[in-house]
Amino acid sequence: MTNTKYWKENVRYVLILLFFWFLFSFLFGIILKDFLNQFTVAGFKLGFWFAQQGSIYSFVLIIFIYVHLMNKLDKKYGFDK
Amino acid sequence: MSIQTWTYILVGFTFSIYIGIAIWSRVKSTKEFYVAGGGVGAWANGMATAADWMSAASFISMAGIISFAGYDGAVFLMGWTGGYVLLALLLAPYLRKFGKFTIPEFIAERYYSQNARLVAVFCALIVSFTYVAGQMRGVGIVFSRFLEVDINTGVIIGMLIVLFYAVLGGMKGITYTQVAQYCVLIFAFMVPAIFISIQMTGNPIPQLGFGAQLSDGSSMYLLDKLDNLNIELGFNEYTENTKPMIDIFAITLALMVGTAGLPHVIVRFFTVKKVSDARKSAGIALLLIAILYTTAPAVAAFARTNLLETISTNSYDEIPQWFKKWEDTGLIKFNDLNEDGVINYSNDENNELYVDRDIMVLANPEIANLPNWVIALVAAGGLAAALSTAAGLLLVISASISHDLIKRVIYPKISEKGELIIARLSAFFAVCIAGYFGINPPGFVAAVVALAFGLAAASFFPAIVMGIFYKRMNREGATAGMIAGISIMLFYMLKFKFDFFGGGTEEDYWFGISPEGFGSVAMIFNFFVAYFVMMITPKTPKYIKKIVDNIRVPENE
Repeated sequence: MTNTKYWKENVRYVLILLFFWFLFSFLFGIILKDFLNQFTVAGFKLGFWFAQQGSIYSFVLIIFIYVHLMNKLDKKYGFDK
Repeated sequence: MSIQTWTYILVGFTFSIYIGIAIWSRVKSTKEFYVAGGGVGAWANGMATAADWMSAASFISMAGIISFAGYDGAVFLMGWTGGYVLLALLLAPYLRKFGKFTIPEFIAERYYSQNARLVAVFCALIVSFTYVAGQMRGVGIVFSRFLEVDINTGVIIGMLIVLFYAVLGGMKGITYTQVAQYCVLIFAFMVPAIFISIQMTGNPIPQLGFGAQLSDGSSMYLLDKLDNLNIELGFNEYTENTKPMIDIFAITLALMVGTAGLPHVIVRFFTVKKVSDARKSAGIALLLIAILYTTAPAVAAFARTNLLETISTNSYDEIPQWFKKWEDTGLIKFNDLNEDGVINYSNDENNELYVDRDIMVLANPEIANLPNWVIALVAAGGLAAALSTAAGLLLVISASISHDLIKRVIYPKISEKGELIIARLSAFFAVCIAGYFGINPPGFVAAVVALAFGLAAASFFPAIVMGIFYKRMNREGATAGMIAGISIMLFYMLKFKFDFFGGGTEEDYWFGISPEGFGSVAMIFNFFVAYFVMMITPKTPKYIKKIVDNIRVPENE
């Protein structure tokens, strides 16, 4: 039973993080690019920045957040030995 | 010292490191040969994965492609990094837990079918061979441009080096040479980028210099200047798209999913000690890849600005030295149409300048007047990038043949020792075939690399994800899905790239999606076919569901 619970929590994390993966790349970098390009931040048009820089930073961050969450989850269910 | 001397010193030095590692890491068992004994640490695997992943294309061509494509270049930047999120969250930890040697092995056991294994072996071989041919060609090109040897001699030198450490050390040798190769290639990429960023904007961090003001006294933002220059010459604004947005979306998705499904990347996660290391090393790998991938678009913008400012509308007599040097290699061509002696670069029929995209990285240090050792460093880096990727691919090919075909299908009684000999022999033959394609490159290399991603997206990714996350998916569904995905992908590629089945032009693209982006459609098709076939065929056996339950948790209870 604990295995099923562990799995459900894992899948929940995965779905939430994949939402952010989609948000920072496909939504901000592609779909909303023209809208975000109205704004300029630090010399970059914002949509362009997300497409060529911001999305990549967010990918790195997402994986490390997942690593952190899963290490905690492993500990909670005693899978960390 | 001259550029050539520096190049000989740096290339010679890095090559002797690779050979030294190969001798140190000779292997005796198949487990060591296929997965480096399963004892690689998270950092070492992260570095090896980064080098494995970043090929000659990432190192030499990508910045140049972005330089000409502007915003559209983002498909490669997002596509070739975003796949690691999918790898870390959906594939790597579970495949590590499964704990076997190859992807076809996973497919065969999860879908209790030798036919599924054969389909997977077929895909792994096509994907890897297409990819490896390009790498050997890359080795030859770097040799010929920097050391002025014949391209073919360059390919053969590259073959011998890879042969040496792949055959001797298998995955173990490859892993530790890749660690060294990562260090070489990232250093070689970053040094010129930092120099150029300081020159143009005064900011030593290229990622920030990219958005900074120019230090030429105009205090204009680099990107504004670039947009203006592009418009003046009749090109599209640098920060805006030229491809339709739906195609950009589709290509990005196909590259991401393809990345996550490429066998030489996935297999790296079989080599770590435990499940948590698989997650962690995926993060480390992407971090290390991101260093190059966030710098490349900055290099692209710097190089484009430099090119437009120093060459366009200048008189040919006053052109800098490097221009004439690279003219000899055919990478830059000036054709004075109106015979006024002035280089006219524009996006119309009056254009007199041809620039190969590879020059943006290869000649960039010379354009920016950097010291000779920096220029030589680029050669060593390009070789490291090409060799590391080639080695990873060769191992996949060798394991598919010796393990999946010989050991599991044709001759299961083969001894451990015998399998190791076959593995080495198949690595040897794979190098020879790769070398052959490096020397006689098929004219369609660029098209088939897109096909490699499309096939990986259409076959492996759905099959593996469903294998882990969807217990009900059965043998019939998964196999039918893979076959359907590959077939439609091949059909679309042959139709629009090779003019089969009546051919077609851009207007005929389905949903406006180019063959490069069609992998995402083929993947969705795979999911649908798999689902419907599953509904009308027998259920997954109980013992398979138990295997899946076991894969889903990090340790055995």
